[in-house]
Amino acid sequence: MLTYTIRRLLIMIPTLLVISFVTFSIIKLPPGDFLSNQIAELRSQGDKAALERAEFMRAQYGLDKPFLEQYAVWVGIWPTERGFSGLLQGDWGWSFEHDLPVAEVVGDRMLLSFILNFTVILFTWAVAFPIGAYAATHQYSWGDYGLTLLGYVGLATPNFLFALVLMYFANVEFGLAIGGIMDPEYLDKPWSWAKFGSVLNHLWIPVIVIGTSGTAGMIRRLRANLLDELQKQYVVTARAKGMPPFGLLVKYPLRMSLNPFIADIGNLLPSVISGSAIVAVVLSLQTSGPMLLDALRSQDQYLAGSFLMFLALLTVIGMFISDLLLAVLDPRIRLTGGMAR
Amino acid sequence: MSAKLEHYVATEPFEPLATETLTPEQERFYRASQWKIMWWKFRRHRIAVISAWLLLFFYASILVSEVLSPYNLHSRDTRHIYAPPQSLQLFHEGKFVGPFVYGYSMELNMQTMRREFRPDQTKVQALRFFCRGDGYEFWDLFEADLHLVCPAAGGTFFLFGTDRLGRDVLSRIIHGTRISLTVGLLGIAVSFLIGIILGGISGYYGGWIDSLIQRFIEMVRSFPELPLWMALSAALPVNWSPVLVYFGITIILGLLDWPGLARAVRSKLLALREEEFATAAVLMGATPGRVIGRHLLPSFASHLIASLTLSVPSMILGETALSFLGLGLRPPVTSWGVLLNEAQNINVVALYPWLMLPVVPVFVVVLAFNFFGDGLRDAADPYR
Repeated sequence: MLTYTIRRLLIMIPTLLVISFVTFSIIKLPPGDFLSNQIAELRSQGDKAALERAEFMRAQYGLDKPFLEQYAVWVGIWPTERGFSGLLQGDWGWSFEHDLPVAEVVGDRMLLSFILNFTVILFTWAVAFPIGAYAATHQYSWGDYGLTLLGYVGLATPNFLFALVLMYFANVEFGLAIGGIMDPEYLDKPWSWAKFGSVLNHLWIPVIVIGTSGTAGMIRRLRANLLDELQKQYVVTARAKGMPPFGLLVKYPLRMSLNPFIADIGNLLPSVISGSAIVAVVLSLQTSGPMLLDALRSQDQYLAGSFLMFLALLTVIGMFISDLLLAVLDPRIRLTGGMAR
Repeated sequence: MSAKLEHYVATEPFEPLATETLTPEQERFYRASQWKIMWWKFRRHRIAVISAWLLLFFYASILVSEVLSPYNLHSRDTRHIYAPPQSLQLFHEGKFVGPFVYGYSMELNMQTMRREFRPDQTKVQALRFFCRGDGYEFWDLFEADLHLVCPAAGGTFFLFGTDRLGRDVLSRIIHGTRISLTVGLLGIAVSFLIGIILGGISGYYGGWIDSLIQRFIEMVRSFPELPLWMALSAALPVNWSPVLVYFGITIILGLLDWPGLARAVRSKLLALREEEFATAAVLMGATPGRVIGRHLLPSFASHLIASLTLSVPSMILGETALSFLGLGLRPPVTSWGVLLNEAQNINVVALYPWLMLPVVPVFVVVLAFNFFGDGLRDAADPYR
């Protein structure tokens, strides 16, 4: 188990390295960079002082350096005049658009992103589990068909539109504020219970919207797995012994079919993060989505890069945890002796 | 010595088929090809068949979008801006007149400063069929002006209402079908190519090549899709023509979709390459490409097609999402996502909800693809 954990951790290093490289190359794909665009603009305005400052920044952040060197500096494996200072050293870089260090711009947003995505996964589980179990135990009943259809509907509705409509109705019916992940007065304030409550109050719309798209797949997988388990002989034996159906279901087959739930975090996470990115834009949540979009548009390279890296890191760690949990929960999975196929 | 037993010999001539006769149905089944059996199984899946017809209808409509839509893509009616949908009627004052719509009566609401349209019960505008309307260039080939249905002379026919420029939403949806549906197909083609090649190499050779490709797949899978799509489409040069952007987007959509397919191909190949027929082909000197392409792939092609069908919807939704964010296709190229881009703010939901109608075809097509794919997958599964 320990060797497996260590090996799994070691694999994460090259994974993250490759991801960081790909991310950085994609961000640098468009010609020019934020500062060179800005310098061109300032030059046309004839603003001497700002121009000098921009040139200074360009040199300081090495935007005039070749691509590979910029990348190495960003990651923190190449020294600048001020020594090593990159992702590895905890320096997220400088946001040109906001004129602040990325870490400061980002502030709460990463935490809020994390809370949002985590809640969505909990929600998906909470919804998919009973529905999947019901659909499997009542196979081919109207309930089964209805719930399956509902799952499909959630799958086929574009997230962003659903978010808009739900937001509108929440406003009209319950008088909830439109958009945002907390009431505006709490923005940029330190965390308190009131702020936390406000976040909870706003959280449910994005959670429902993002959750619905992942729930359908989860329901289908749980249903299929449970159906397989229900046909096995130990279930028949237990039934023949006269075990009450519900106790039987909870005690054996349901536990067996839990594995895909854990294993699915790996599949679920990227899709949840994707979903939350777009829904966040529509609902103007103060999470990573809208800021990422702006940063990508204005070529604010360190801000965009650090965001993408953060999302990738979240996914990679999530997958790692799901693999570990799976190994702990399912005794049939042996990790010693070679790779598990 | 006991009496010798009589040795029985049948006198009638030997008939090899006499003992085991198959009913015509059984015979038909045993002699049917793999694809035929699939087709029979698929036919039993009622919803999948309906979905298949629906998809066929949608794709067929691509060919004649210009004829099907009552107006042109860009024709504007400045007198009817944000006009609500007109409902189709058959009876006027208890008398059957055939399909018609009531014309609008417009008044300016001085409080909200908005034009308000109401159906005017006195203006009966009977629709014309197979009529001459807006002129267009059919597939850029020749000029025509034939439409399936047109408004009455001097009247209007906005079944789905109009947008902020007074353009007919229904016509724009019909035109948008062309782009939205082909984006998915082209994206699939890209992901199919990458998936087959990488999965094929990985499964056929095994060993360190396999584990290298597997690690690579894991990396690609751990990218959150949409943010990466966003980054990639933000990287498309601004000065590209809309058509180039369209191809760029399809390739971007395909670039991240292949890992699932590659895994399926690999696991099937790993199992199949141990089979005798594969060994036989290798011993007869077939090249790896031929063994994979000619002998191994066909044995799970049906499975591949099913999983491909199931990944089209995510592409369609992806394009819609990107265009909605303004990162995908740009006008004048019109897709359902581009149309939905207009419905981006809450005002639309409150005041002009018909601008959200392009979501209906998205919904229908995505559902149909899912059911169709499920049906195909069940049909392709030999153990059901």
